Amino acid sequence: MTAVIPILRTERRTLSAKRLPRSAPGVAGLTAVAAALTARGTLHWTGWFTAGFAAALVHLLLLGAWSVAVEGRRRATDRVAGILVGACLVAASIPLVMILGYIAVKGAPALSPTFLTHSMNGVTGAQAGGGVYHALIGTLEQVGIAAAVALPIGILTAIYLVEFGRGAFSRGVAFFVDVMNGVPSIVAGLFVFTFLLLGLGVRPFGAAGSVALVVLMLPIVIRSAEEMIRLIPHELREASDALGVPRWRTIVKVVLPTALSGLVTGCLLAISRVAGETAPLILLVGYSARINPDPLSGDQASLPVMIWDQLGKRSGDAGAFGETRAWGAALVLILLVLAVNLAARLLARLTGPRSR
Amino acid sequence: MTKIVTKAPSGRRAPLGPAAGGAFPGIRALPGAGRFGDRVFRTLTAGSGAFVLVTMVAIGGYLAVAAWPALHANSGNLFTTQVWRPQADPPVFGMAAIAFGTVVSSLIAVAIGVPVAVGVALGVSQYLPRRWASVIGGLIDLLAAVPSLVFGMWGLYYLIPHTRGFQQWLSTYLGWIPIFRNRTATVAGQYGQSLLMAGIVLAIMIIPIVASICREVFARTPGATIDAALALGATRWEVIRSAVLPFGRSGIASAAMLGLGRALGETIAVALVLSSGFVINWHLTELGGDTVASTIVLKFGEAGSSPVAIAALMLAGLCLFAVTLVVNATARLIVARKAVTS
Repeated sequence: MTAVIPILRTERRTLSAKRLPRSAPGVAGLTAVAAALTARGTLHWTGWFTAGFAAALVHLLLLGAWSVAVEGRRRATDRVAGILVGACLVAASIPLVMILGYIAVKGAPALSPTFLTHSMNGVTGAQAGGGVYHALIGTLEQVGIAAAVALPIGILTAIYLVEFGRGAFSRGVAFFVDVMNGVPSIVAGLFVFTFLLLGLGVRPFGAAGSVALVVLMLPIVIRSAEEMIRLIPHELREASDALGVPRWRTIVKVVLPTALSGLVTGCLLAISRVAGETAPLILLVGYSARINPDPLSGDQASLPVMIWDQLGKRSGDAGAFGETRAWGAALVLILLVLAVNLAARLLARLTGPRSR
Repeated sequence: MTKIVTKAPSGRRAPLGPAAGGAFPGIRALPGAGRFGDRVFRTLTAGSGAFVLVTMVAIGGYLAVAAWPALHANSGNLFTTQVWRPQADPPVFGMAAIAFGTVVSSLIAVAIGVPVAVGVALGVSQYLPRRWASVIGGLIDLLAAVPSLVFGMWGLYYLIPHTRGFQQWLSTYLGWIPIFRNRTATVAGQYGQSLLMAGIVLAIMIIPIVASICREVFARTPGATIDAALALGATRWEVIRSAVLPFGRSGIASAAMLGLGRALGETIAVALVLSSGFVINWHLTELGGDTVASTIVLKFGEAGSSPVAIAALMLAGLCLFAVTLVVNATARLIVARKAVTS
């Protein structure tokens, strides 16, 4: 028995491969950053993109070569793959941080109580002042109408697909929901323009934009609602069935209440996805610098179209103050979208399953 | 007992079939219990489903009817002409240049965006600890909520001015590859709103959707397969290569197609980032270029009251609709076939 332990020790020593010290990635990383900073200084790179890219590349090559030398090819491949995945995560996260930061920096100077409570009525591009009030009203109304139409239809369709769906018709619906999800927003805009504005021979109005938003929102609502309703355990339905409750009452009284928080989350996410849509609105709602609270008649402003207008894309001339106002309006728009989006996630986290 | 199991309400189908959620397909509802309500409810929900089909058919139908006059009036060739002057007499327009711009910018977007998105999905599903995975995953999903208008503004006012040096570098050192050579610019300031940059902005925009689909697919890799690979002494990358990626291959393909569909139809960001130019230009770092979607929105204002100009834009929209339809249907079919075979 006593001889066993030394044998095990020697075996272990020979069998375990050489590994890099645990500090190796850190050492390589710091070296890479130092090298990139030196290069930035000596080669006069102006931005940070090049330096960041160079640092990642040096880190990759350094650690890869070191690992090949010490640990062999398999471990080295593993380390390189890990670094590449990390680089992808960083590369995908950076734009979000930069976009939010840039909008905040550019938009904050325009933001003031006046900006939120005044319209652009009588304010030219060369003048300061004015605000987003008219556009805010327009966006809330247009998105609100779209939601009022799309959410019920979407949830009913989802119920059909989960609870009743069998056969060719339901497969067709499921297929076209997925395909509809990819309809470009500009195509939805053209479609509504043809059948509503050209068809009725009327001028642009707010609710026309809502119709296009319905087309864009519907597949998002259906998909998320379908997923949520599918999550409801069969046992609940079976219990209700066993009591002789009609199918529709089971759905209304058991399935939907159980899925409620998930449904609300999906609906809010869908709203946040379409609230910033611009292309169809440019075609459909027109633009008015005045406050037009009636979505059913007359040009109505909306935040995206106001930004488009203030950038000088409609008139061809932004004016001295247009750009500032455009960034201000963009900040208001993105705050609105993110508020709805974050509310949806918070709700999902608070009420969702406790598994995570 | 026989009374209970007799006929189903419609005579055709029991309300408690297996697909309808019931566990016992043989047992049917008590006669008279909610038959009417069930039928009404069923019709209501099926009607909502029909609404989707009707909408899709209507989009194609209305656009086709509205585009018809343009086909007749056009004195150019729709597929080879590189100008867009539907107001001229006779009207001349063709989609060659804008179709080129659309395809090239979308392919750049897919070439850059999909690998990064797959990396993100791998990181979130295989590398990061759970808490970090949900934070980073949420951040990427948040990117999907940023309106495309905001992407366009950021691309035009921040990204393009800050990457002029990068484009110049490409042209200077990789200029021997024609697509990277800029024949006109001599200093960094003359680089800017090129198809390449439009593609990069589109790449950033499609990352969230591709990543979220891939993440879902990777998360569904059978745990036993992963455990088996680990038991054989595989490193993390070997697990991914031997278990996760083969399992998710069709999912990645489908996600890439969906990303392509998004990029093809993206309008407002491209309209902001690109400066209009109606020629086919393989030198991707040179200024100019335009896509079908951005042309529609940019030319819409000047089309105004000219019926032919409007019809021409409808024709462009119809083509875009048809292409995205095919791309998205393909994406969907890839997954459907996989589901059948596996």
